[in-house]
Amino acid sequence: MTDTAAPKTTVSLTVDGRSVEATPGDLLITACERSGSFVPHFCYHPRMSPVGMCRQCIVEVEGPRGKSLVVSCMTPVADGQVVSTTSEPAKRAQEGVLELLLANHPLDCPVCDKGGECPLQDQAFSHGPGESRYVEEKRHYEKPIPISDLVFLDRERCILCDRCTRFAGEVAGDPLISFTSRGNNTQVMTFPDEPFSSYFSGNTVQICPVGALTSSAYRFKARPWDLEQVESTCTTCSVGCRTVVQSSRDELVRYQGVDVESVNWGWLCDRGRFNFESVNSRNRVHSPLMRKDGTLVETTWSTALDAAGRILRTVLNDKGPDAVSIIGGARGTNEDAFAWAQLADSLGVTARDAQLGDGLPAEVFALPQATIAEACASPTVILLAPDLKEELPVLYLRLRDAAEKRTTRIIEVSPRATGLSRYAWKSVRHDPGDQPRVVSELLSDRDVVDQLSRGNVTVVMGRGNLAESPEFTLLATGAVLAAVPTARVLPVVRRGNVRGAVTAGMTPQRPDADTNAILSSIAAGKVECLVLVGADPLSDVPDADLVRRAFASVKHVIAVDTFVTESVRHAEVVLPASAYGEKVGTTTNCEGRVSDVAQKITTAGTARPDWMIAAELALELGVDLGISSYPELRDTMTSSIAAFAPAADAKAVRGEGVLMAQSAPIRITATPRSAAPRLTHQFRLHVSRVMYDRAVATNESPSLAPLAREAAVHMNSGDAQRLGVRDGASVRLSSNGSAVVLPLAIDDAVARGVVSVPFNQHGSDIRQLIRHDVAVTDVVVEVI
Amino acid sequence: MSRLSEERVATAKEIIGRFPRRKSALIPLLHLAQEQDGYVAQDAMVHIAELLDLAPAEVYGTASFYEMFKFHPVGKYCINICTNISCQLVGAWNLLHHAEERLGIKSGGTTQDGLFTIEDVECIAACTEAPALQVNYRYRYKVTPESFDALINDLESGKLTGEVPPHGTLASVRQTTTAAWSNRGVEEQAQVDAR
Repeated sequence: MTDTAAPKTTVSLTVDGRSVEATPGDLLITACERSGSFVPHFCYHPRMSPVGMCRQCIVEVEGPRGKSLVVSCMTPVADGQVVSTTSEPAKRAQEGVLELLLANHPLDCPVCDKGGECPLQDQAFSHGPGESRYVEEKRHYEKPIPISDLVFLDRERCILCDRCTRFAGEVAGDPLISFTSRGNNTQVMTFPDEPFSSYFSGNTVQICPVGALTSSAYRFKARPWDLEQVESTCTTCSVGCRTVVQSSRDELVRYQGVDVESVNWGWLCDRGRFNFESVNSRNRVHSPLMRKDGTLVETTWSTALDAAGRILRTVLNDKGPDAVSIIGGARGTNEDAFAWAQLADSLGVTARDAQLGDGLPAEVFALPQATIAEACASPTVILLAPDLKEELPVLYLRLRDAAEKRTTRIIEVSPRATGLSRYAWKSVRHDPGDQPRVVSELLSDRDVVDQLSRGNVTVVMGRGNLAESPEFTLLATGAVLAAVPTARVLPVVRRGNVRGAVTAGMTPQRPDADTNAILSSIAAGKVECLVLVGADPLSDVPDADLVRRAFASVKHVIAVDTFVTESVRHAEVVLPASAYGEKVGTTTNCEGRVSDVAQKITTAGTARPDWMIAAELALELGVDLGISSYPELRDTMTSSIAAFAPAADAKAVRGEGVLMAQSAPIRITATPRSAAPRLTHQFRLHVSRVMYDRAVATNESPSLAPLAREAAVHMNSGDAQRLGVRDGASVRLSSNGSAVVLPLAIDDAVARGVVSVPFNQHGSDIRQLIRHDVAVTDVVVEVI
Repeated sequence: MSRLSEERVATAKEIIGRFPRRKSALIPLLHLAQEQDGYVAQDAMVHIAELLDLAPAEVYGTASFYEMFKFHPVGKYCINICTNISCQLVGAWNLLHHAEERLGIKSGGTTQDGLFTIEDVECIAACTEAPALQVNYRYRYKVTPESFDALINDLESGKLTGEVPPHGTLASVRQTTTAAWSNRGVEEQAQVDAR
C-alpha cells in the first residue's frame, strides 16, 4: 500500500466543547476566537508577531501528555487538541495573571482617557479575581511624560505588553522606543534626546491596551461613552485608509484606524489621524463671502449665488465657455466632482482639472492596473514614485511589510534615497530626467531580468519630482511595460480623491486644458473667470511664476472652499464648503477602490457640500442638473459613469469598498528618452513633498502645524565638500532667471549632482525656480 | 561623552565581521565603549547604533538591561559591596557604612578625585567567604573595615595597578581574534540575505 496522503491542510480541534477547523500554523488564540470563545489578552495583536508578553491568554489544553496550561497566543494549533478557555485551572490562571498585572497599575481610571474603552479595565471585570491581595506601595513614576510632540507616556499605567514597541520596530520600522532597564524597573522609553517622532506614532495610542499612551490631540477631550462614531474613509492622501470618525458634542474629537484587508490593516499615519482638528478650526469659512471695497465680507447664500451666477453669465455671454475654467475637485467626494463636471458640461466648459500641475497625466489610470494588495503580493515591485513614507504613508507600511517578509523585492529608481530604500532589493540613484535611460539599463541587467521572470511585476509610479516633467516617469513606466508585457501599474497620486474626480469628469476635455494650460490662458487674457473648487493653485502649483502671473491678470475668481487660502483671498465670491466628516459621499483611492465617507457632525456655519453648490449655481444659470438629493446624485453618477457602476449598491462601498470597473487598458507607445545631461557646474533640482508641510489641513491642526520644518537645500556631502560649503550655511539657488536663498543641509540620501528641496515648507519658496514648460530644472548653487 | 576612537572602530568592525547578523555584535561593542570612557557614553551609543544599523533606542534598551554597563562616569575603581543575606549576617552593613565614611560618599556615589565609586549590590556568589566585595569585579573575601582601608590605600598608592585595571578594561584575553578568524560571518550574511 502506498501512502499518498498529501500534507494536511486543516487540523481539527475542540474548543469549549465545539469542534473547530484550523490551518496548521494558526495560533490557538485565533482558533478559539473564531469558534466564539473569547480569550482575554493584552499583548496579542493579529497584525503583529506574537510575543507571549502579558501571559493573560492562558487556556487549558489536553494533549497526548495530559492537561496543561498554555499561553494561547504562542501555541500553534494541533490535531486533536481539546481546549478549555473556562476550566477551573484556566480561570484561576487568568485571574492570577490579571491580579499581577494590576499590582502596579494605578487604577486611576476615573481620570484616565482610556477608561470606558480600556481592555485592562474591561478584562479586569470580565476575567479578573474581583479583588487584589496586593497592599504594598505601588511603583511610582513621573506622569505623564511627552515622548514626542503627539504622544504622552504614563509609565505607571503601562503593563509592558510590548505592543507599542513592537509596532514601532516591526510595523513602522521606526524603533525609536524600546524597553529599558530590567525587572521591576522595566519601562518603555526613547533614547535620551531622541523623541518618538515616527509618522505612525498615533497607532501606538490606538493599540495600547491601557491608558499608558495618550495623544495630545485627544487627551481629556471626551469620554468614550460620550462618543458617537461612524465608519468612513480617510481622504487626506490617495491611500484611502478606512477609519472610524468619532465626535462628541457635535465636534470631531478622534479618528481611529479600521482594519480592512485590502488597504490599511488598521493603521493610519499621524497626518491623517490628527488633521480632524482642521475641521473644527475657527478659521473655517462659515458663511458666504463677497468682495467689498477690497476685502471679503460675509453675506447671504442668495446674494453670493446671485453674484457668482452673474459673473459666470456675463463671461459666458460675452466671451463664450472657453473663457471659463474650473480647477479642483480632488478634495471632495466622487459625487461632488461629478456634480461640478455636470455643471461644466452643461455650460460647455472644457478646461477643467482636478490636478494642480503636480500630478500625472490622467492616462496613467488607463494603464493595466494593480491594486495595493496585488502590488504587495508581487515578487517584484518597481518604484518610480515619490517617497511613499512622506506622501502615502500607509502604502509605505504595506510595501515595507512585503519587503520585510521577503515575499517582494523592491527595485527603486529615484534621485534620492527614500523611506523604502533600506528595504529595497536594488535602490538606484539618477539625475532627474534620466529615469527612462536608467530604467532601460536596469531592464537589461542579468539579475534584474532573472528577478522579473519570477512572477508578477508591479510598477508603483507617481510624481517623484515636482521640478521635472512627469513624462520621464511615464516613459520609464512604458519601458517596463514594453519589457514585461504582463506588468501592471499602481498609480500613486497624492491628493485624496484625484482618481475619483478624474473619473467623474474633472479632467481636461480637450488637449491643452490642464491646470498649467488654464493658468497660461488666464495670463494671456484668454480666460476671464476661474472657478476654484477646493483648490489653492497659489500654494500648490509647482510653477510659482505662472500662477502668480495668472492671478495678477485674472478678472474673476469664484472659490468654493473650507478656508480662505492664498488663492481664495483673490476671489470675488467665496462659497463655504462642508468639510470631511460633514457630508456623505464616496471617494476613490489610488488603486480605484470606491468606499464611502460618512457625515458625523453638523456642517460649520451655513457651509454646503460641493455638489449642492454646483446644483444651486446651475439653477442660477438656468440649468437644472436634475439633482435634488444625495441619493439621486449618487444614482445619476453610478448609472451615467460606467467605472462607478460597481459602486451603485450602497452596501458595496462600505468596509472594504469596491473596485471601479476598468475599461480595456491602453499602451504607452512613445520610445523612452532622457533629458539632456546637465552642465557639470550645475545641479539638477529635485523637489518633493514631505509629510508635514503648510497644507491647509496640517496648518489648521494645532497638533500638526508645528511639525512642518524650515525648507533647506539637501546636498550630498561630496558635493558640499567640493563647493566648500558647511552644513547650515546660506546658499543661493538660481535658475530660469529666478533665485532663492535657503540654508544648506548635508544629506547623503541625495545623489551626487542633485539638490533636493522639500515642497511647501516654511522659508523661501523653491517653486520660484520651477517652470512647467521646462522638462528639468538645472540650478546654479552659490555660497553666500 | 565621546564616540568610539578610530582604533576602536577598527576593532568594532572586526568584531562585527564575526557575526552573521550585525546586531549580534551589540554587547561586545558596548564593552568597547565602556573600556574607552569607563562608562557607556550617550554619543558612543549613537555611534554603535550607526555601526550596527540600529536605532539608538535599541542600543540603549539592550544596554540598560545590564547593571554592569554604566551610563554615567564612575570612579577608576568601582567597589561593589554585597549586602545580600549571607554577607549581611556577618556585617556587610557595617562594612558598607565604614566604606561610606572612609571615602566620604554615599553608596552609588563617586569620590571627588574620580578614583572610587561604591555600590551596594545583591549576591555576588561568594557566600562562603562573606562578607565579600568586588573592586572592578575582582573579589576580596572576608573583608573587615581594616582590610578595606588597606585595600583603599593599596589602590591609591598604585600597588595594585597590575592586578586591578581601571573600570571598563576588558579581560586580559581580549576579544580580538587572529586574521584567520575575522570575517567568518560574512559569507553567512549573504545566505541570510538570500533567504
